[in-house]
Amino acid sequence: MSFSEDEVRRYARHIILPGIGGDGQRRLKEARVLVIGAGGLGSPAAMYLAAAGVGTIGLVDFDQVELSNLQRQLLHDTDDVGRPKVESAGDRLNDLNPNVNVIPHRVLLSSENAFEVLEPYDVVVDGTDNFPVRYLVNDACQMLGKPLVYGSIYQWEGQASVFLPGQETPCYRCLFPEPPPPGTVPSCAEGGVFGVLPGIIGSIQAVEAIKLVLDVGETLAGSLVLYDAMRNEFTSVKLRWDPDCPVCGKHPTVTELIDYEAFCGLAPGQAPPEAERTPSAGA
Amino acid sequence: MPVRVKVPSVLRTHTGGEGQVDGDGTTVREVLEDLETRYPGIRARLVTGDGALHRFVNVYVNDEDVRYLGSLETEVGDGDVVSILPAVAGG
Repeated sequence: MSFSEDEVRRYARHIILPGIGGDGQRRLKEARVLVIGAGGLGSPAAMYLAAAGVGTIGLVDFDQVELSNLQRQLLHDTDDVGRPKVESAGDRLNDLNPNVNVIPHRVLLSSENAFEVLEPYDVVVDGTDNFPVRYLVNDACQMLGKPLVYGSIYQWEGQASVFLPGQETPCYRCLFPEPPPPGTVPSCAEGGVFGVLPGIIGSIQAVEAIKLVLDVGETLAGSLVLYDAMRNEFTSVKLRWDPDCPVCGKHPTVTELIDYEAFCGLAPGQAPPEAERTPSAGA
Repeated sequence: MPVRVKVPSVLRTHTGGEGQVDGDGTTVREVLEDLETRYPGIRARLVTGDGALHRFVNVYVNDEDVRYLGSLETEVGDGDVVSILPAVAGG
């Protein structure tokens, strides 16, 4: 795969950078990365991946842009309110870098379509906003053998990690074996989220996705980075592979994809706002 | 033993908004019981009626998950940091 003169100029700072170089830049161009959720985390993640020259970026999101998204979701403009997020995000990414092939997936991920959507990609970036899709994506990546770059935010705090397929390295279920019951965990729509926070965590996800593509450095596999914006504190804790993990343990009990009840943090019977009624990606 | 306890956003309603509070005890269980005396309701957010940790909450002593140490009976010493990490899904 060769580069045009414009591409060489565009990526000049990467091409001279130890750790990337011409070969690394070619790997980026050949790479296919799927970003699940064109929201708070997906915005910086997808924008940095596009700017970096990742050749193919898939975007999964079923939602339309809402005014309340714009406080943190930099993929979308004020004029985009009402448009499908994958469309406005695609425009933004191609404005940033017309060399990127953006593939929109305007679907609700479920056990029916997850394998089909994820299969063509090398690396998956999880920027969803709900537990059912997080577990679905984790399980699908383990079963398909794909590396998953995890990020999650709430109020002033975020977390990020990398879950590699197979035994010996932890996955999301090693960390949290099952989703919390409905009503026990509030969603961002209920608890609020600091607008800059996904900028930090989503950028960490872009870093990790690029390192996985390049096969350089040390990834976050086996550790979980925690960021507290209010206390300006980065900490990191060890994640261990759990031999009893239901999906990547020695005797898996989760052997097919599960559609957990879509609760978005609210107890059954409580009416969520319109935009939260379906398990969608990236609010 | 005095320890520092890091409280996540989702539990700060119990601590008057504080992200870090002092705790006391020789095990994680004692520290959580100590917290309960000053921040009523916080214990039930972490521990089930049977006295085990909820599966969607992790507790770390320094950077180690207590599930791989002694669970709630994990011993803590002067200056240890107990971090509470709930599952969050926002994106």
